[in-house]
Amino acid sequence: MSLALLFQYLVAGITYGTIYAIVAIGFNIIYNATGIINFAQGEFVMLGGMIGVTLRALLPMPVAIAGAVIATMLVGALIEMLFIRWLRRPSVLRLIIITIGLSIAIRELALLLWGEGVRALPYFTGTAVTSLSVGDVHISPQVLWVLGISAVMVAALNFFFARTLLGRQMRACACNREAAQLCGISAKNMVTLSFVLSAGIGALAGCVISPITYVQYDSGSSLALKGFTVAILGGLGNSMAAVAAGLLLGTLESFSIWVMPAAYKDVIAISILLLILFVRPSGLFGNAEAARLKDY
Amino acid sequence: MSLLVVKDLCKRFGGLQAVDNVSFAVASGSIKALIGPNGAGKTTLFNLIFGALLPDSGQVWFDGKQTDGWKPHQVAAAGMARTFQHIRLFPKMSALDNIAVGRHVHSRAGFLASMLGLPWTRREQRAVREKALEIMRFLGVEELADGEATSLAYGQQRIVELGRALACEPKLLLLDEPAAGLNMRETSEMAKLIARIRDTGVTVLLVEHDMTLVMNISDEVLVLSYGEKIADDKPLAIQKHPEVIKVYLGEDDA
Amino acid sequence: MGRRRNLPIVALAMAVIAVQLLTAAAGKPQYLTQLTMAGYYSLVIVGLTLLMGYTGQISLGHAGFFAIGGYTSGLLTTYNLHPLIGQIPVSILQACGLLVSGKDLYGADLLVVRPWAACVVALLVTIGIAYLVGKPVLKLKGHYLAMATLGFGTIVYKVVLGSSLVGAADGISDIPAFPLFAGLVVTGKSALRAQNYYVAWGLVLGAMALLTNLIRSRVGRALRAIHGAEDAANAMGVDTGRYKLQMFVLSAALAALGGVFLTHYNGGIGPSEASVMKSVRYVAIVAVGGMANLWGALFMGVLLNFLSLRGSFGSYDDAVFGLILLAIMLFAPDGLLRAEFARRLPGLRRGQKAAP
Repeated sequence: MSLALLFQYLVAGITYGTIYAIVAIGFNIIYNATGIINFAQGEFVMLGGMIGVTLRALLPMPVAIAGAVIATMLVGALIEMLFIRWLRRPSVLRLIIITIGLSIAIRELALLLWGEGVRALPYFTGTAVTSLSVGDVHISPQVLWVLGISAVMVAALNFFFARTLLGRQMRACACNREAAQLCGISAKNMVTLSFVLSAGIGALAGCVISPITYVQYDSGSSLALKGFTVAILGGLGNSMAAVAAGLLLGTLESFSIWVMPAAYKDVIAISILLLILFVRPSGLFGNAEAARLKDY
Repeated sequence: MSLLVVKDLCKRFGGLQAVDNVSFAVASGSIKALIGPNGAGKTTLFNLIFGALLPDSGQVWFDGKQTDGWKPHQVAAAGMARTFQHIRLFPKMSALDNIAVGRHVHSRAGFLASMLGLPWTRREQRAVREKALEIMRFLGVEELADGEATSLAYGQQRIVELGRALACEPKLLLLDEPAAGLNMRETSEMAKLIARIRDTGVTVLLVEHDMTLVMNISDEVLVLSYGEKIADDKPLAIQKHPEVIKVYLGEDDA
Repeated sequence: MGRRRNLPIVALAMAVIAVQLLTAAAGKPQYLTQLTMAGYYSLVIVGLTLLMGYTGQISLGHAGFFAIGGYTSGLLTTYNLHPLIGQIPVSILQACGLLVSGKDLYGADLLVVRPWAACVVALLVTIGIAYLVGKPVLKLKGHYLAMATLGFGTIVYKVVLGSSLVGAADGISDIPAFPLFAGLVVTGKSALRAQNYYVAWGLVLGAMALLTNLIRSRVGRALRAIHGAEDAANAMGVDTGRYKLQMFVLSAALAALGGVFLTHYNGGIGPSEASVMKSVRYVAIVAVGGMANLWGALFMGVLLNFLSLRGSFGSYDDAVFGLILLAIMLFAPDGLLRAEFARRLPGLRRGQKAAP
């Protein structure tokens, strides 16, 4: 095989991997704040893409994307306030089933609103056939958009959690809810905020990736499973490791096409998920010693 | 003769040496108390003995068999039973059913026989129920049999949990703070109950903070501090032991 | 006491007969078709109720076991071995009487595995897979268990969807009828509708009898103890890992049994039977029934599956089950048919009046 082709697969892997990483970070933000795995995480990505496409018909692209992100954030806030906030000491089983129910409800609503059609935003720069060429290697400018925006997102999140008061309050709640509440932080509002943030980054990811992958009412569930795989691979709650794990999974998946038919691509990711869960549930980069004290 | 022998047991959690080279023995038919300030490693030691935790090194010998590395259900089948510091009753089950679970190791109906409802499984069920009721009578709580276990009063929950352990008909009974949360009257009744259990031939190893209870009923007392054994003697000798006095007077806990 | 224990089963049997007579009297025998299918789905649901409601282990992959059963039996009874006649493995199977020959629609020779043998193989394959999957998976708890079982279900779905051997997106069709014994045949022929209704509900009755015995037994008590406090159950001598695994395998086998029979009844099976949405639907029904409530789950399962199969929910089928899940978990996590109600039914609770 040619080196150029190899590189092409690598680029594709990194592009998908970046999106998986963003979904995984979305899982982590909510998990850190609440201990909940939000099974509707993939639906945020789908909603972002769908709303973006719809708004694009009326508004210039940047405004449409901003609108999609804000609208999805609102959905995230609504979900938390309507379905999570008022539950008193819900069991894990109950939370799992509620978020699964939510993911189905959102998906079916999307089907009702947008039908079964496959949609996409136009390429941010150029068209589907535009490419930047370096020697034999061709890269779509959209790939650079995906990588660039994702990098900015990760940096901004890092800044938010490390430097801003609100971000630190969220981290305080994640570490010790009671103690944070005694310091006057509203833990409930932090949980809402975690849903909002998580929905927002998912929606943005949904917008930037849609020209490449397209978006459909049911594209959320497979993204959620991949994102969860990445979150586990990196160690649940650890967002920086999720980026590395995302790139790893994306690349593996991309190259798996050589050994297996493309129809089984998802099987690779899920097999990795199962393998990790069985062998090392603390993740590749997690601390196995500390993990033993956790409940898997 | 010793029913339980612990040899050089060690357990480390990250940077914390929770149990440090502890050795002791529990004589058959006796009550031995395990005391020490909070965080001394008492519950960890219990969990190591029962198989809920794996020791880093050292041995546990129970009834002539080396049991370290066994799973809790294997240890239970060998004749050890326990209660928990934070009551761990089965919710949504009656007190009687909770105690009946303790009969698990003394009954044998499996999936197939149970599903077919073979006559012997029904006889076994009746025997389990009779035995559970007998234990409730022994503890003086038979009127609680049909109440949901986890909605009973706290003191009653402690008794039911004790009954569940007794239903295993253990040779060795491990009690983790049996008087925690009980008032003075309940505590003294618990002490009498533990002594009565010992009189039926059950060996008892208990962790307890209530010194009156410990000194009144124990045959021997083992003192732990920061995971290390600092004394192992008769109650009267323990009360005069300089090291023990230092540990306890140095803490507000005493 | 033995009589009283069996009262609910007898009542169910009478209800089954009554429903058949009613549909005949009302001139609506076509309802029996959906009731038969609902009966087969009920096998999945009652097994899952024991696993989820009693033992406390969630599974989002039971449609996978249903599909493994159905697909295995479907494939074996349609895969033509005729071109391989003369080869040693085929000759051995033929000599054992495990193969049956016939003609396909175009008159070409067919040589396929006998339905009985296929059914047994399907169950064994499912049990084997459930054992291999369950052993590591059941060590996980909560979200991890949910995701792992979801992952397993998704793998099954993607594999049947992507394999041309089992017809990919079209699934397997023209699956032959399954002659049981004494002239009973599992088939969708409308002339045999009532007979097939009784075959399906006979299986459900059998499963209910076995499972109600199980929950009242030493094993049932141990399973509930695992649900309530796994560490304490283990300390009482319950081999929690083994019990969870046995329950998982049992529920998978029931799912596969439903899959095998429904596949022969319908004469085909498609990938949608393996979809995650199907697994979620089973979980929804167990939840609506009251989690630890075998009769509630059976009743709600028949009701919802019947309505769904009659097309009452139109194109909102998935939405209905999603909303049911949400509503139940938000407002009535113990289910609509509360466990307290079921406990008052005679014989469901072990005789309290037995002299102390």
